[in-house]
Amino acid sequence: MKKHWYDYLWIASALYLTLGFFNILFAWLGLICFIVPLLIAIIKGNKAYCNKYCGRGQLFELLGGRLGLSRKKTPPKFLRSKWFRYGFLTFFMTMFLLMIYNTYLVFAGATLKEAVTLLWVFKLPWNWTNTSFVSPGVAQFAFGFYGVMLTSTVLGLITMLLFKPRSWCVYCPMGTMTQGICQIKHSAASHGKSSSTEIG
Amino acid sequence: MSKAKKKACIQSDCVACGCCMKICPVKAISIPHGIIAIVDSQKCIGCGKCRAACPAGVIELMEREAVVA
Repeated sequence: MKKHWYDYLWIASALYLTLGFFNILFAWLGLICFIVPLLIAIIKGNKAYCNKYCGRGQLFELLGGRLGLSRKKTPPKFLRSKWFRYGFLTFFMTMFLLMIYNTYLVFAGATLKEAVTLLWVFKLPWNWTNTSFVSPGVAQFAFGFYGVMLTSTVLGLITMLLFKPRSWCVYCPMGTMTQGICQIKHSAASHGKSSSTEIG
Repeated sequence: MSKAKKKACIQSDCVACGCCMKICPVKAISIPHGIIAIVDSQKCIGCGKCRAACPAGVIELMEREAVVA
C-alpha cells in the first residue's frame, strides 16, 4: 500500500515525548494535537485527524500491531460504552481546566512547581530543565500540559498492551469531542435520512 | 458486485477512529462525516480484517442475502 507523508506522524509523536525529557518547554507543541483535530471537526466536519493524522494512534498501531506488543483482545464493554467515553471526557477536561487554573495562579505570582503529574496523582520531579528564560507561568503550563500528554500516552500504552493496539481511540477525549462536534454539525443534514451504515 | 459470501456491517456505536478504513484492502470503508464508518457492500470482500482491527468491537460479518436468479 502506498505510504503518505502523514503515515510517518508517529515519529513526531515519539519525538514530542522525547523532547519533553530534554526541555519541558517543548510541551507547548502538544497544543497542535488539541487544536488541529478541533479545527478539522469544526471547519470540515469530519474526523480526518483521527483517521489519518494522529501520530499517537499510529504509534500504538506500530507498537501493538507490527511489533506485536498487544494482546489484540477486544476491550471490555464498559470501556466501549458511551457513559465511560463521555465520563472520561468530562473527567479529562476537568483535570485540564484545573491545570489551566494552576497555570493562572503561577502567572498571578504563585511559585512554579517543577514537576510533571502522571496519572493525575504521581508527581514526577522534573527539575533538570532550564526554564529561567521564560516567565514561570509559561513554564508551568508546559509542566502541566506535558503531564496531560504523558498521562494519556501511558493510558494508551496500557490499553494497547491489554487489548487491541488502538484501544485508546475508543475513549480518547479528543476523539469523543470531535465525534460530538461532527454529530452536532451534521445533525441537521442527517435529519430524516436513514440510519443505515451501508451503501451499495 | 463482490462475490464474497459475507460483508462487514458496522453498528451505530462506532467511534469513527478509522482503524477499519486504514486496514481495508479494497478501500470499501469510509467515514465521510466523522460519526460512523460506512461500508460499501459492493466493494466489501468479507475478509474480516476490519473486524479484527476495530478496537470498539462494533464490526460484524454478516451473510449476504441469497441472490435470486
